[in-house]
Amino acid sequence: MVSNENEYVLVCKDISKAFGGTQALKSVQLKIKPGEVHALMGENGAGKSTLMKIVIGLYKQDSGSMTFEGKPYQAKGPVDAIKAGIAMIHQELNPEPHLSIADNIFLKREDTVCGIFLNKKKQNDRANEILRQFSFPYESTTLIKELTLAQVQMIEIIKAVSSDARLIIMDEPTSSLDSEETAHLFRVINDLKSKGVAIIYISHRMNEIFEICDQVSVFRDGMYIGSKPIADVSRHDLIEMMVGRKVENVFPKIDCEIGDVVFEARGLTGKGFSNINFKVRAGEILGISGLVGSGRSETMRAIFGLDSYESGKIFLNGKEIRIKSPADAIAKGICMVNEDRKNFGLCLLRSLRENISLPNLPKHQPHLLIDQAREKRECEDVAKKLTVKAASIEHTAYSLSGGNQQKVVISKWIMANPKLLILDEPTRGVDVGAKAEIHALMCQFAAKGMAVIMISSELPEVMSMSDRILVYHEGRIGGEILRSEILSESVTEKDILAKAFGGVSG
Amino acid sequence: MIENIKISRKNNDALKRFMGNYGIGVVLIIMMVAIGIMEPSFATKNNFINVAAQVSINGMIAYGMCLAITTGGIDLSVGAQLALTSCVLGQTITNMNMNIWLSCLIALAVSTAFGCLNGILIAKFNMFPFVVTLSTQLVIRGLSQVISSGKAISLTSMEFKGIYSNKLLSIPVPIVMLFVVTIVMYLLLHWTVFGRYIFAVGGNVNAAIASGVSEFKTKVGVYTVSGLLAGVAAIIFTAKTGSAQSNIGIGYETDAVAACVLGGTSFAGGIATIPGVLMGIFIIGFIYNGMNLIGVSSYYQSIVKGCVIIGAVLLDMLMNKKNQ
Repeated sequence: MVSNENEYVLVCKDISKAFGGTQALKSVQLKIKPGEVHALMGENGAGKSTLMKIVIGLYKQDSGSMTFEGKPYQAKGPVDAIKAGIAMIHQELNPEPHLSIADNIFLKREDTVCGIFLNKKKQNDRANEILRQFSFPYESTTLIKELTLAQVQMIEIIKAVSSDARLIIMDEPTSSLDSEETAHLFRVINDLKSKGVAIIYISHRMNEIFEICDQVSVFRDGMYIGSKPIADVSRHDLIEMMVGRKVENVFPKIDCEIGDVVFEARGLTGKGFSNINFKVRAGEILGISGLVGSGRSETMRAIFGLDSYESGKIFLNGKEIRIKSPADAIAKGICMVNEDRKNFGLCLLRSLRENISLPNLPKHQPHLLIDQAREKRECEDVAKKLTVKAASIEHTAYSLSGGNQQKVVISKWIMANPKLLILDEPTRGVDVGAKAEIHALMCQFAAKGMAVIMISSELPEVMSMSDRILVYHEGRIGGEILRSEILSESVTEKDILAKAFGGVSG
Repeated sequence: MIENIKISRKNNDALKRFMGNYGIGVVLIIMMVAIGIMEPSFATKNNFINVAAQVSINGMIAYGMCLAITTGGIDLSVGAQLALTSCVLGQTITNMNMNIWLSCLIALAVSTAFGCLNGILIAKFNMFPFVVTLSTQLVIRGLSQVISSGKAISLTSMEFKGIYSNKLLSIPVPIVMLFVVTIVMYLLLHWTVFGRYIFAVGGNVNAAIASGVSEFKTKVGVYTVSGLLAGVAAIIFTAKTGSAQSNIGIGYETDAVAACVLGGTSFAGGIATIPGVLMGIFIIGFIYNGMNLIGVSSYYQSIVKGCVIIGAVLLDMLMNKKNQ
């Protein structure tokens, strides 16, 4: 395709970058048009983030060049990039919680009197004006810590636009947003688009790519695979481009024999949820859907003993049990993969071996001293079974990719051989390949007679993996859907969403 | 190509991890060679035995400190614990004429109890270890002044003083004690479930709790051990000086923290090794010993000590960076 380079806002040409002996980028290219939402796709480690970090000046490329708005461009750091007109909204937001919205928007470019004193009033007025343009429902003097994650993200976007960014890079912007917040984000993106702002959109969520993006560029193993208008590709095409092999079924659900009731909650009530009743059977995968904050995770945290519940009863194999701490839950055979992997899943600086064996030490190491040979053997076995990709289990968890870290978390619970395994957003921030592997593992666990509960914000994931789906709405179970209803298409994504929003339609 | 890198990386891994953990050993050797060249009397058997006996006191305290730091905390009360234990010894042995072994047991029980109290305050009420131990330090030192009425109590029992001066198989008892405690602490931290829990609580307390680890038991355990070891240090100290005083042990927490840091104990928590701390203990010991032998005025000793610690930690960081 021959085209005039001037029609692009950003052009990256033949960019290469190596870290030590690993070639992270091999002569890749990227061309972004003004007013375009450009999806960047690829498995974790494909080179997307490395390229973006080169664009905003966090890394310097070994070779290759960039032009921004027709002129040669090279940022020495994020501040440089913002000055040039490129801003990045990071996956993990880090604004100052104790500053006001106005202070955040004007951070590093404050309105001052004589260059020393802050001109608070002028700054707040200007900020209010900008907030109104985005119909943001708070005053500019509100503190950041009072906002929700979605609102903080919106502030970051507003900050980028107000600093006259012509290109905004969004890294997994919806990973912690619920459906409603996502819809709002998309409205803002469309608005920016109409103003001629280009957006590079990094996401693993296929649905969003098709909903919001105009063009998609795919990377694989540090190489540029291709760029296509989104209208010309199918889901299948994209996945094939990303993994370089045919993927038959993204969510390969295997139906297992469903046995007796393993776990039952009766009238469970606590902070964020009330009167929750459900049963899970052996071999069953129970999907839990609903908006973020609807009480899904809160219920599961209470069952696992991380939080306490106020009233209600829980039964395991027909016997009533009382759980006061995760230690109780683990000892009784209830394990939980937390949605917050970094905070509740792993000790990142310790080795995979220590992480995997941690909850299993009381059972597997009854003697005064740890039998390290046995520990190593058992951890290696389970890591191998779960296809954790690491050179050795002595490596730190920190050195692994998101997908592999998640597999380590699952490994430690599988070693505990639970009766009930709860997985909260098990595939968040995990690349396509690892995601399919995690789904396959869940089916294996169910086949062995484990009862599995999976919370997910991704409707296609819940719908394809679950034998039964509970839909949460404002702390209660708002509906129950059977697999047969989904297979016969008598219940669709729309119906589940409607239930999550309060059952407007049937 | 990537496969080849992976394989060669695997071969370097063991070495890299070793250097990451024990790179400070290189600093120790450089220091010993340097002092040895400047002062020939340094590299003698007698001097080494002398240093090893002296560092045994800081060694005990440093091991306890290492546990506290590894859980993400600190124990500033160890110096005061030393004084209180010493005063209890003086009071029971000299003034009450008690059997010295019974009195040692009582003294250890007292320091262990105060360590346990530190742990309960820290873990139960979620208070900052720095604040808790800073405060209990005042209480403990005050108590030791109350017990001794602020006066030095001399201990003349040869049997008691023998704890420092006697030899076991021609090795001074304090060195034997340091050796035994080092082995026990090594096993405790690296080979027991409790040790794993210490690393987990320090590395990521939320993940530890979500893995069934009791934060309370782990922290109480850690500060209790720290108290017990401060008590052991106090017995050696009092046997060495033959005098129980309420103003001893001031600033001892500094040397203990320094030994931990030199030994690669991370202040962020979750990372430490006992062999590393042992090397840190000896670096501190050789700094004192080397300067005394060379004849550096005591005014300059603390300046030199501070600079050597910063230099050693910097060097260690640089070496680790190069290895990454």
